[in-house]
Amino acid sequence: MTFNLTVSPDFAPDHISGWYFFNTWLQRQLDTGIHLELYDSFDEQRNDIQADKFDLIYANPYDASMLVRELGFQAIARPANKADETVIAVNAESAFQTVEDLLPGSRIATTDDPDVHTMGMIMLESADLDKGNTEISEYASYVVVAKNLLNNSADAGFFLKEAYDELSELIRSKMRVLVSSQISVVHHTLLVGPRMADHIPAIQAALLTMHENDKGQGVLESMGFSSWEPMDSEQTEFMIDLIDTLID
Amino acid sequence: MSELDTGEIRTVEIKYFDGTSRVAEIVDREVPYPDGKLIVSRTDPEGIITHANQAFIDMSGYSEEELIGTNHYILRHPDMPAVAFKGLWDTIEQGTKWHGYVKNLRKDGSYYWVKATVIPNIRNGKLVGYTSVRRKPSRSKIAESEALYATLLAEE
Repeated sequence: MTFNLTVSPDFAPDHISGWYFFNTWLQRQLDTGIHLELYDSFDEQRNDIQADKFDLIYANPYDASMLVRELGFQAIARPANKADETVIAVNAESAFQTVEDLLPGSRIATTDDPDVHTMGMIMLESADLDKGNTEISEYASYVVVAKNLLNNSADAGFFLKEAYDELSELIRSKMRVLVSSQISVVHHTLLVGPRMADHIPAIQAALLTMHENDKGQGVLESMGFSSWEPMDSEQTEFMIDLIDTLID
Repeated sequence: MSELDTGEIRTVEIKYFDGTSRVAEIVDREVPYPDGKLIVSRTDPEGIITHANQAFIDMSGYSEEELIGTNHYILRHPDMPAVAFKGLWDTIEQGTKWHGYVKNLRKDGSYYWVKATVIPNIRNGKLVGYTSVRRKPSRSKIAESEALYATLLAEE
């Protein structure tokens, strides 16, 4: 039987090859076939997840909630020291110095990344801004969000912090961070679906020792990870409860 | 910082719903909510703190050891009307999410405002506790809440 793996579409393009290396590495560890399918869009991927197409998913925290509570997936590991944080940035020349300077009618550039968008909107609350009194435009990538800030088509933009930090120095030099979240307990996780549940002990054992040999370490580096940490069900439930408090 | 802050210090006996009370020094000084942070805590079903994140420790002024095992009402500010907390408990005991603006008391007697969300933690169909996440409120919501709570407090 061949299993199916997919990855939340919000990773940096530089790491695409890393996920293919990971898939090859994992197949060798488990001695089983795994097909990797990548997506550009969250919606398209979510439709295929709902259609029960996947057995192994590296998911953002928002989707992890749905996978665990609705589809019986189990979170088994997370990358070490890699929390999901959100940045609100403006054009470097902008008059806005704090979030509270943003006014009703502000043009917000965002992506379809559910966690980053949710956290971005939460950080606007202190300025009394919400979807009802802002103009929100959704773009295909963080690079496009940055472009809209640079050409003054948007007043503020939401970024996954990791993606913001990986933008070119030239682009970043033309922007300014208004606020950066420091939540630390919200992160991506690797989840295993019911069909693959028998493999959980083997997957977890392989992942948790992956950084201890050169081959595994090389694959981790290409994914932008240092190592994997275990996730138990209570840690997963805690993160899901936390996400629930952030969704109205 | 609130424009109404006077820095005045008063000694108040704070009475809790379970019949206990404590005497606290209250300082009329606001500590601003830090940008980008969420204050996270968890309690057991009785409101005893079982988890506190670093932002909670920093903003409350208590150490983690002091917070864990203590009732969450240690943060209750005497300017908060009891009816506000009754609304919170009535809501979460029905298994639903509660949102509200809360003035919290720090260990040093000063205060900070939060927008709080509390949800019941259900595991295998059973209530095992509550998670509370606090975020930065807007000044306008703080002003509205100050006025509302002063009215409610006067009626108690």
